[in-house]
Amino acid sequence: MGNENRLLTARNISKSFGKAVIALDRVQFDLRGGEIHALLGENGAGKSTLIKVLTGVEERDGGTVTLNGKQIHPKSTQEAQREGIATVYQEVNLCPNLSVAENIYIGREPRNKFGKIEWKKINADAEELLKKFDLSINVTKNLDNYSVAVQQMIAIARACDIEAKVLILDEPTSSLSTVEVEKLFEIMRKLRQEGMGIIFVTHFLDQVYEVTDRITVFRNGGYVGTFETAQLPRVELVGKMIGKDYASLNESVVAGQLEDAQESTGEELIALAGASSPGTIQDFNLKIRKSEVLGLSGLLGSGRSETARVLFGIDALGSGEMKLKKEKVHFKSPLDAIRSGIAFCPENRKTEGIIADLSIRENIVLALQSKRGLYRKISKREAEKLADEYIKKLEIKTPDADQLIKNLSGGNQQKVILARWLATEPEFLMLDEPTRGIDIGTKAELQKIVIELAKQGMAVLFISSEIDEMLRCCKRMVVLRDMRQVGELHGKEISEEAIMHIMAGGEQ
Amino acid sequence: MKEKWNKLSQKKAFWPVVIFLVILLFNGIMTGGEFFSLSIVDGHLYGRLIDIFRNGSKLMILAAGMTMVLATGGTDISVGSVMAISGAIACSIVNGNILPGLHGNVAAAVVLSILAGTLCGFWNGFLVAKVKIQPIVATMILLVAGRGIAQLITKGKIITVNSDAYYFINGGYILGLPFPLFIVIFLVGLLLLFVSRTSFGLFLESVGCNAKASKFAGIKVDRMLLAIYTISGAFAAVAGLIESSGIKGADCNNAGLNIELDAILAVAIGGTNLMGGRFSIPASIAGALIVQSITTTVLAQGVPAAYIRVLKAILIIVICLSQSKEFKGMLAAHKTAKKRKAVEE
Repeated sequence: MGNENRLLTARNISKSFGKAVIALDRVQFDLRGGEIHALLGENGAGKSTLIKVLTGVEERDGGTVTLNGKQIHPKSTQEAQREGIATVYQEVNLCPNLSVAENIYIGREPRNKFGKIEWKKINADAEELLKKFDLSINVTKNLDNYSVAVQQMIAIARACDIEAKVLILDEPTSSLSTVEVEKLFEIMRKLRQEGMGIIFVTHFLDQVYEVTDRITVFRNGGYVGTFETAQLPRVELVGKMIGKDYASLNESVVAGQLEDAQESTGEELIALAGASSPGTIQDFNLKIRKSEVLGLSGLLGSGRSETARVLFGIDALGSGEMKLKKEKVHFKSPLDAIRSGIAFCPENRKTEGIIADLSIRENIVLALQSKRGLYRKISKREAEKLADEYIKKLEIKTPDADQLIKNLSGGNQQKVILARWLATEPEFLMLDEPTRGIDIGTKAELQKIVIELAKQGMAVLFISSEIDEMLRCCKRMVVLRDMRQVGELHGKEISEEAIMHIMAGGEQ
Repeated sequence: MKEKWNKLSQKKAFWPVVIFLVILLFNGIMTGGEFFSLSIVDGHLYGRLIDIFRNGSKLMILAAGMTMVLATGGTDISVGSVMAISGAIACSIVNGNILPGLHGNVAAAVVLSILAGTLCGFWNGFLVAKVKIQPIVATMILLVAGRGIAQLITKGKIITVNSDAYYFINGGYILGLPFPLFIVIFLVGLLLLFVSRTSFGLFLESVGCNAKASKFAGIKVDRMLLAIYTISGAFAAVAGLIESSGIKGADCNNAGLNIELDAILAVAIGGTNLMGGRFSIPASIAGALIVQSITTTVLAQGVPAAYIRVLKAILIIVICLSQSKEFKGMLAAHKTAKKRKAVEE
């Protein structure tokens, strides 16, 4: 890759929050002038943290950042801007109640010799600037008169006008339409020609291949590598993002997979037919049988959790239908789903699962109590019995059921949430990333419990980013990409290679 | 015995009750026992203690409703204005200014004004639960508009009533004890029964801790909020009746003025976290009695009324400090440093 034309170099950047969370562990990053460089990784990989370090939002714990051969250490975004690093964030962070022109020149308004702001010049300059971006709008109108896409463009225009050498685009396309994305790419290519270095963070792989020159991949706060986009096949890229080496896959695959790769032949429990939900999943056709563990695979934002949310009555079904035991159902709230025998362990244990300040016992009986209703209170004795039973059954490590759930470790908290749902005696259990952030031992225990539950006749929907775990638990797997179902694998067809292939958008 | 004591001292209401008793004791000593003296006139009990309970009845009722609102992580600053509305309606009906067809029927006046308060509470709940307006802003609407509504009802005048039946609400006695005390016992008792016999208490604490997770566990969060703000409104209406009965009329400008702050203070003294979560209605009742007894104490000592505010401010500071983790940490650090010093010497 040579030393020529190095614009921005970051070496051994480390950053941790508190003692426990290491967000970045000695990562590297190189940006050349005149290139578009994709920064990729799953959630928690450290992309945003690196950007925050580069733009002075967070202070790095260690490492060096060199811009144009000069070491920099920005302590605020203003300072970073002065050094020539401009950033456009996912959420537009301009002032909606100021005019377009004001937004572009805020903080650096041209003034005449009396210190008065030259409004005419500001408005004319702003118009001129936006013309470069094929944007002819009234710059004296307030920003919030325009669509998010236009606002995004204005933010980029502002960034470019600050004579930036480095432009960071953090997920700029998530709120743009296809046409608008094309426009943005045009501008990015133009800026590249002018010699600017652009860091492009996105989770749309199609866009990565369309517009970028090189790719840097992070995983779990660590540096995985930097690659020429043209020379990195998609499947390998996905492998690097989720932490599986493509070459070694062929050997490890199928090893010990599912002794009895028999698919469940139980009767159909729940089904989606042509189901769509506004803004999320599109045209889903799913069938889940009794005694079956169905895996939902896909990258983040591919529609995994969204599917579960629709099935649980959190998000409304826009079109299509849902059938429970062959009868049409319509859930207006999670309570409707619970009363129909459905349970859901959500992905975010902290914000959607545990009630931190309540005891283990209260956390366990909560869903059963809401299933029974306000007036049929679970007696203290019954609650104690129930809690003790599940603490024993799931081997929850706690001195007693009176402990607050927030004092437990993540794995034990997850077991309590699982106990909460098992107490409702569901027929259909949905687990969204049930083992995230949990130590290996507890992970294996949870997987065993899932398989055991299915054996007893429960239908399970299993969502996980870890393919290993899916292989162990699931006999059928549906693969999702960009809110659509893109493939289905059965029994022996299921392999990491096959899943990654479909996830990356290759032919099935 | 020791175990029993431990269990007792862990109850949320324990410390507020102790503080209340200490304040009473302080008063007793300062007045040489006169504070505790009760006299019986015409079979009615009189005395400072009785005053505290009678005058504190409004605050106790408001604090009971406010406890649940605060336990959801919300707030209801409209209760004072709702009191004004309820008083205005009741007095206007009793003296025949509105709905003359009722011929000043006190029972009808009471029922209608409580209904009006319930409606106010429902409106607050609707704004918070359905429209998703921040509670302090949502209830600010009635805080401001409520007194205007009350003045529209009274046509801007102070209305006086002449009805022994209506006076009874505040001034009446049953079995030698003031009637407002029975209202408190009835309402708070009913509420306590509801909270403890149903799963309402569990749901409320769950919603206050984590509304999203509660929803995912099948709790109808919106309905809970709607019910709680409605109850708070209804309770405020009852407090408004007691107030207007006490002054024998409706004064829209001053009825329940700033009392929402006292109610919130009472709940805070009771130890309910204002961010929502664990709550205790008995502790809030004790908190209300503390606030009331401070007022009574200051007046009894002949201290100018202006000092009440200063005293309350000091009390708020003390409570904030006792709830602050940082402050406790600082105290603990100070203690260990002292100990170390002592050891070194």
